[in-house]
Amino acid sequence: MKKNFSFLIIYFLFLGPLSSSDNKTELSEIYKNLRCLVCQGQSIADSNSDFAATVKLVVQDQFNEGKTKDEIYNFLISKYGEWIVYQPTFSKSNLLLWTLPYFIFIMGGVFIFLIIRKSKNNKAN
Amino acid sequence: MKISIPKIIIFSFTIFLLSVFWLGLKINHNYDTKSLVGSKISKFYVTEINNENQYISEEDLKKNKYTLINFFASWCSPCRVEHRYLMSLSNQNKEIKIIGINFKDKKINANNFLKDLGNPYDFVGEDTDGKISISFGIYGIPESILVNNELIVIKKIIGPINQVQFNDILKSIQ
Repeated sequence: MKKNFSFLIIYFLFLGPLSSSDNKTELSEIYKNLRCLVCQGQSIADSNSDFAATVKLVVQDQFNEGKTKDEIYNFLISKYGEWIVYQPTFSKSNLLLWTLPYFIFIMGGVFIFLIIRKSKNNKAN
Repeated sequence: MKISIPKIIIFSFTIFLLSVFWLGLKINHNYDTKSLVGSKISKFYVTEINNENQYISEEDLKKNKYTLINFFASWCSPCRVEHRYLMSLSNQNKEIKIIGINFKDKKINANNFLKDLGNPYDFVGEDTDGKISISFGIYGIPESILVNNELIVIKKIIGPINQVQFNDILKSIQ
């Protein structure tokens, strides 16, 4: 009994605050990925505007209801468009945005390979 | 002249980058939520400003041919500017019901605002913490949303209603 009781104390003293700080981190991650629509280049996390404060309240509510990050993003996207999230979702319209960096990376590799091959050939000749 | 593959790659990439920058300069970056036009409004629940037991939801809007949902506040000066258009809309046209949602305001101030300028609303709801405004895609007030009885957004007016927008609303509901 005594053992159980001390376990409970340990749980509430250490693990309780840990899980609440986890929630805070996750919430702040969500805020950081949301654009403040009425501010210049600020995220919801950085802004003290009225709009940012309201969005934070709504995100908190949905988070406490157990909604996932994606569900919260999708809700806000349905109301404000994809502009509200800094990291856009993968879709047909932004296919280029997502694939272009990989394409450039591969092309860069090909480019370097061609230069090396050319210089080797020149040396051999 | 021999054209090497690396030269072609560099040239194509430069052309591509220049085209992206040129297009980027051409695109209008002014953000608005007019893209909501044509979409369906989601479920909502708003209590009456002076009577907590009275409320309105999306189901009530289905009974009206057209509903104009207007977000306003007594502290918002553009709301005072657009108020006369709301008054004439309410007096001239019985096809449209106007719902006012009082945004982050004090009850007494909101009541005085309507007492002084007239009450064009068929229902005045309250949104004390602004959460309801988010479910309507509002990011500043005044903003007005015209919906039909299928709950489809026909028009979204960001900022105060002016003469042009007033005529547009009348046209939309004819």
